[in-house]
Amino acid sequence: MINAVGRDIPDEILKATGKEVFQGIHYRDGYTYKKDGPVTRCVSDNTRSKLVDSIHDALIKCNIKDGMTLGFHHHFREGDYIVNMVMEEVHRLGIKDITICASSLGKAHDPIVPYIEDGTITNIQSSGVRGKIGQAISSGKLKGLAIMRSHGGRVRAIESGETRIDIAFIGAPTCDDYGNCRGIGGKSNCGVLSYALVDGDYADQVVAITDCLVPFPNFPAHISMTKVDYVVVVDAIGNPDKIATGAAKPTTDMRKLMMADYCTQFVVNTPYFKDGFSYQTGVGGASIASTISLAKIMKERNIRMRFGVGGLTKPMCDLLANDQVDCLLDTQDFDLDAVESVKDLKHFRISAGEYANPFNKGAVVNKLDFVILAALEVDINFNCNVVVGSDGEITGAQGGHPDTAAGAKCAIVIVPLLQGRIPAVCTEVTAVTTPGESIDVVVTDYGIAINPKRKDLIDAMRGVDLPFKTIEELRDIAYSMVGEPEKVKFDDKVVGIIESRDGTILDVVRKVKEYTFADN
Amino acid sequence: MMNPEKKRLRRTMMFLNAQKPGLIKDPYIYKPDSIMLDLEDAVAENQKDAARFSLYHALKEINYHGCERVVRINALDTPYWKEDIRCAVAGGCDSIRIPKTERAEDVKLVEEAVAAAEKEFNISQGRTLIMAAIESARGVMKVLEICESSERLFGIALSGGDYTKDLQTRITGTGVELMGARQHMIIAARAAGVQCFDTVYTNLDDMEGFRKEVESIHLMGFDGKSIINPRQISIVHEIFTPTVKDIIFAEKVVKEIDDKKAKGIGVFTVDGKMIDIAFYDGAIRTIYMAKASGVYKGDL
Repeated sequence: MINAVGRDIPDEILKATGKEVFQGIHYRDGYTYKKDGPVTRCVSDNTRSKLVDSIHDALIKCNIKDGMTLGFHHHFREGDYIVNMVMEEVHRLGIKDITICASSLGKAHDPIVPYIEDGTITNIQSSGVRGKIGQAISSGKLKGLAIMRSHGGRVRAIESGETRIDIAFIGAPTCDDYGNCRGIGGKSNCGVLSYALVDGDYADQVVAITDCLVPFPNFPAHISMTKVDYVVVVDAIGNPDKIATGAAKPTTDMRKLMMADYCTQFVVNTPYFKDGFSYQTGVGGASIASTISLAKIMKERNIRMRFGVGGLTKPMCDLLANDQVDCLLDTQDFDLDAVESVKDLKHFRISAGEYANPFNKGAVVNKLDFVILAALEVDINFNCNVVVGSDGEITGAQGGHPDTAAGAKCAIVIVPLLQGRIPAVCTEVTAVTTPGESIDVVVTDYGIAINPKRKDLIDAMRGVDLPFKTIEELRDIAYSMVGEPEKVKFDDKVVGIIESRDGTILDVVRKVKEYTFADN
Repeated sequence: MMNPEKKRLRRTMMFLNAQKPGLIKDPYIYKPDSIMLDLEDAVAENQKDAARFSLYHALKEINYHGCERVVRINALDTPYWKEDIRCAVAGGCDSIRIPKTERAEDVKLVEEAVAAAEKEFNISQGRTLIMAAIESARGVMKVLEICESSERLFGIALSGGDYTKDLQTRITGTGVELMGARQHMIIAARAAGVQCFDTVYTNLDDMEGFRKEVESIHLMGFDGKSIINPRQISIVHEIFTPTVKDIIFAEKVVKEIDDKKAKGIGVFTVDGKMIDIAFYDGAIRTIYMAKASGVYKGDL
């Protein structure tokens, strides 16, 4: 069945998943549903300890069995040890058919690939995957389906009961013996635990794993003892060098600086750039550079930001330190400056649900004026792909991309026209991961394209000295330089689905066929 | 007839290694006035042919959107320069930059090779221009004869690194070591009616130092500066582009002189300044620079 972004979703996938095809970003606005609730085991005996000796013991106490769904968060990013430690024990116990429901998975989790191959893990639900897990999924090694869903989409799936987490494992930088978890402090300080809050609220059993046990009460707790069943102390829950590093040095790459400048000039010429505007940006060089140049213009024009949101970096936290923004709403900290900034009274932690869940009674993303995003590919319908590489392998994550794009008044994608020799602006993206109806502007090093549907933005840019082009012109420039790439060859087998934030299916990912050269 | 390209706007001339496809595929997006595709120092001895290959195809295939394409050939005491010229001219480059120029004969030698290549590849005679890099004390002393050596020669450029070595000093950042050469070269260039370009500034971490140097050479009369990174372009263009105030004043001067001349008045005032015919050429040049830089919207 063809969906609203023109993708053919096989009937057997719709049947197997019970899902509908994507029908537009606000298709489920006004939808009513009853939230799911966790099975809760009461603790009233004051002599009962929640401390268990090992992850192995925690798994035994939680009655781990075949077919369970395990929850994980990704606040430790590429420094995470939790997923690997837990899955190693699960494998040792001979458990099979596990579904991993993680807020994201990265290269740090390459060691679990053998557990995909031997059937320990048969389903993966994540914002995205990178490295060898992506290769394993794309080569058809995962028995079940990989579901790629946004940060808001994950909360929706869990709260609506579509995904029931049997056991959630929460890596906690500090924790007391009764399970009060904080994202701050300890050796693996990650600042916030936003993505894990829904696991705490909705998983049937919650295991906190820490390498820094502190005296009770570890307050104010980010995840309360009222939700935690067991506490395990291990030597290390992550590699601090890969969790939050020193702030990235601002880029000196002129191409990125130029795109950042185009982006900033666009932003300041829209009607939304006025006192009290709101803003989110990413961690790429051009995004960071655009925040820096925007801060300069805000100062010059005496314009103040009401709030900044999202995964945060130093330039965003500098806005708070320099009193250019009223407050920051934090879902993740990408550098040590952001972790440190969490101490500021106007730097608020928010949950992934507050941030982006489309099945809330309203999320923060809906109040965004601007979001600055990146992409692997953008097509002439403004559809974006941030998950599947141009070689067909899964190698990225939706993160908050579709959530913020749908919510923001002005969603801007910054992308170099060519990624190496691959055109980033193309006729049709390899996979649609953010629908073009929510993307307003594409900024490249060769020019800027405004979505023709945004006539208001086109009008606002009249007389503005920026290199405007149509998206087709940008595609044509890219193709004129490197040619139109041959389409990736896929097998019929569907290995994953790209879920829209409302749970409908945006696209499917098929098994990659080995490349063969055409006979000449 | 003089090739009109001789006098084109050349505020920035950006060095690019001709062997690096990533660099030469689209430098025009940064809008330098000229790019200099280097076959000389940036290219290793055993890679000269590979660099010529990528240079030729880049010149043939890439639309540089009006950005001047200068090719720096290898020095005349190497076995490479003649083939460099054949490739560059066959590719359709706009200009050849001669390194280590020390005498008029160097330019004439290149001129002959360029003319032969134009004939060989059916390029219209005289299309390919030449510029001479001055990199030694001897070159500086012979600079006037170099400037006057060829009808194809549009300008000279100081190459500070080699020049200071020859002078047995070094680049200090103060400019004192280059003072004599800069002054001598700009005077000779102006006397001969060709353009004059300053040397590169290599410390990319010191953009303030770069700005000061550009301001200084602009005041000395240079036409532009060799650059090594696109981050340097906007600073040079900003300094070399007339300000709105300059343009308005120049416009008034030109119009008033034209008007007063018709009325037989030789000396008068504009905005409180005493003006006579001696101001005319300077004002015309300001308007020309403003036009060439794309900032003049008036009717002159």
